[in-house]
Amino acid sequence: MKRKTPYGLLAAPLLWLVVAYLGALASIFATAFFTTDSFTNEVVPGFSLDNFRALATGTYAGIVGRTLLIAALVTVLCVGLAVPFAFVMARVVPARWRSVGLALVLVPLWASYLVKAYAWRAMLQPEGVLERTLGGTPGYGFVAVVLTLTYLWLPYMILPVYAGFERLPESHLEASADLGGSDWATFRRVVLPALGPSIAAGTVFTFSLSLGDYIAVSIVGGKLQMLGTAVLQNNVLDLPFAAALGTVSVVIMVIYLVAMRRTGALENL
Amino acid sequence: MSEGQAAAIRLVGLRKEFHGTPPVVAVDDVDLVVGGGEFFSMLGPSGSGKTTVLRMIAGFEAPTAGRVELAGADVTALPPHRRDVNTVFQDYALFPHLSVRDNVEYGLRVKGVDKAQARTRAMAELERVRLADLAERRPAQLSGGQRQRVALARALVNRPQVLLLDEPLGALDLKLREQMQVELKAIQREVGITFLFVTHDQEEALTLSDRIAVFNAGRIEQVGTAREVYESPATGFVAGFVGTSNMLTAAAAQAVVGTDGAFAIRPEKIHLTLPGVSAEPGSVRTRGTIAEVVYAGPVTRYVVDLAAGGRLTALEQNGHRTAADGLVRGAEVDLYWAAQHLISIPTT
Repeated sequence: MKRKTPYGLLAAPLLWLVVAYLGALASIFATAFFTTDSFTNEVVPGFSLDNFRALATGTYAGIVGRTLLIAALVTVLCVGLAVPFAFVMARVVPARWRSVGLALVLVPLWASYLVKAYAWRAMLQPEGVLERTLGGTPGYGFVAVVLTLTYLWLPYMILPVYAGFERLPESHLEASADLGGSDWATFRRVVLPALGPSIAAGTVFTFSLSLGDYIAVSIVGGKLQMLGTAVLQNNVLDLPFAAALGTVSVVIMVIYLVAMRRTGALENL
Repeated sequence: MSEGQAAAIRLVGLRKEFHGTPPVVAVDDVDLVVGGGEFFSMLGPSGSGKTTVLRMIAGFEAPTAGRVELAGADVTALPPHRRDVNTVFQDYALFPHLSVRDNVEYGLRVKGVDKAQARTRAMAELERVRLADLAERRPAQLSGGQRQRVALARALVNRPQVLLLDEPLGALDLKLREQMQVELKAIQREVGITFLFVTHDQEEALTLSDRIAVFNAGRIEQVGTAREVYESPATGFVAGFVGTSNMLTAAAAQAVVGTDGAFAIRPEKIHLTLPGVSAEPGSVRTRGTIAEVVYAGPVTRYVVDLAAGGRLTALEQNGHRTAADGLVRGAEVDLYWAAQHLISIPTT
């Protein structure tokens, strides 16, 4: 006799997903097309593309562009740092040091996000640690935001890349060397293609987390505006416009996920 | 191997210890010479050091002591990609992200052969292993036997001085394995490259090899042709590992042969008769009781407990045996064999 599939178990999570998650998302989308009465600051329901028109011009187009640039830079830096680190951890150091390496990567994740962001603020300030040890500080702004976000999201890149290295059979590296491939040829032709999905999986984290961040940006960004801080700023006075900004980041992320799905990254999350 | 020609492979005092307390000696001072164009097998149980020797020749492991020479040149310090050898890996190690053809082209491409020429040579090699029509497939879309042939083509296309094969047929089922054995031998004759073949399957080693080195516990027990290793094993280990273990020792040796020591006898050299039937003159004869009769199609295996102590296995062709000849379990029988088939094993 065939057993009944226990759909009942799904009821609670399904309810949560539909009401809390999709419901909230749907209300953001809907609100993005509302307007705000400029005298009373009251939200007026309706259908208007004014918010998106305003978004496409001037200041806000610049903010969208800058946000994308920062998210891309952070992602590239994370890849550049994570690949060698994960390689050494998975392939070079003796097995008993691997857990130490993993702990070093994971420990910062347990510290409060705010504490870490303020730590960077302290380090970046004039007369701060950076200036005293390295002789200079980029100050608050674009560079500070990229540095801080790279620091914050790096573990999310290292972990999937490390797992990718672990999955790569030793015999594939040996086969490449055996066929005459130098270390560089092996890295480029065998290791990188094999790691592709893992790296793509990591970029889903670093890119989306950077895209939506507003706290670190407001702590170390100085006057720098990103999508997240713009949402925060418009939240009170112009909720529909803030919703439109939120919609933009959701759309960017959906496009990014669809692109990454084609690399097989989503099976590696 | 002809005189004057440099050996394809020469191992001198090759030793490998792995870390541990005490260190594990995987390969214990091995000396070996393999001639050009030979099909040479390293045969032994798992953990006997044969694969470690192969890996030191390929350059994947650095020897603790000793030398590896290829065609007269010392390559001990060279990394794998600077050695003119190629390996067929036990798990094939095909690159999953490349097509069959790109896999075969790989060695040529990393050595800078131009794309058109690499493609032509890769296709010719795939033709040889009859896989040209699957060139565009990914390794994951192939069967085990097909992957095995891709691995072979990928190594052979580089025309190395020596091809190293690490239990390449181990993962195939029996039918396919026998078919690949024939194919391997034919390809080796055709390309004339030295094949160094690692296996734990004694039948495979006997079938394929010009010469065999039998490994045990990190040492070579005997080097010789299939016939030498099988017919005149140098040690008790070789006698037991190659072919069925049929040993007469201690009291049984004293009673049957008449001298002390250890003796081996191959099962197919032993004949069985019912007691009283006269045997050929000049043969060794002893009495026993049949403990087991195993019918295996063309042959029947009889396990006989000797009256003098010990147990021997005899193999009889079913061509001149019938079910009704009285050789059944529990029957008393005489075993006899020509004296020259008795192999004296040095006891140390």
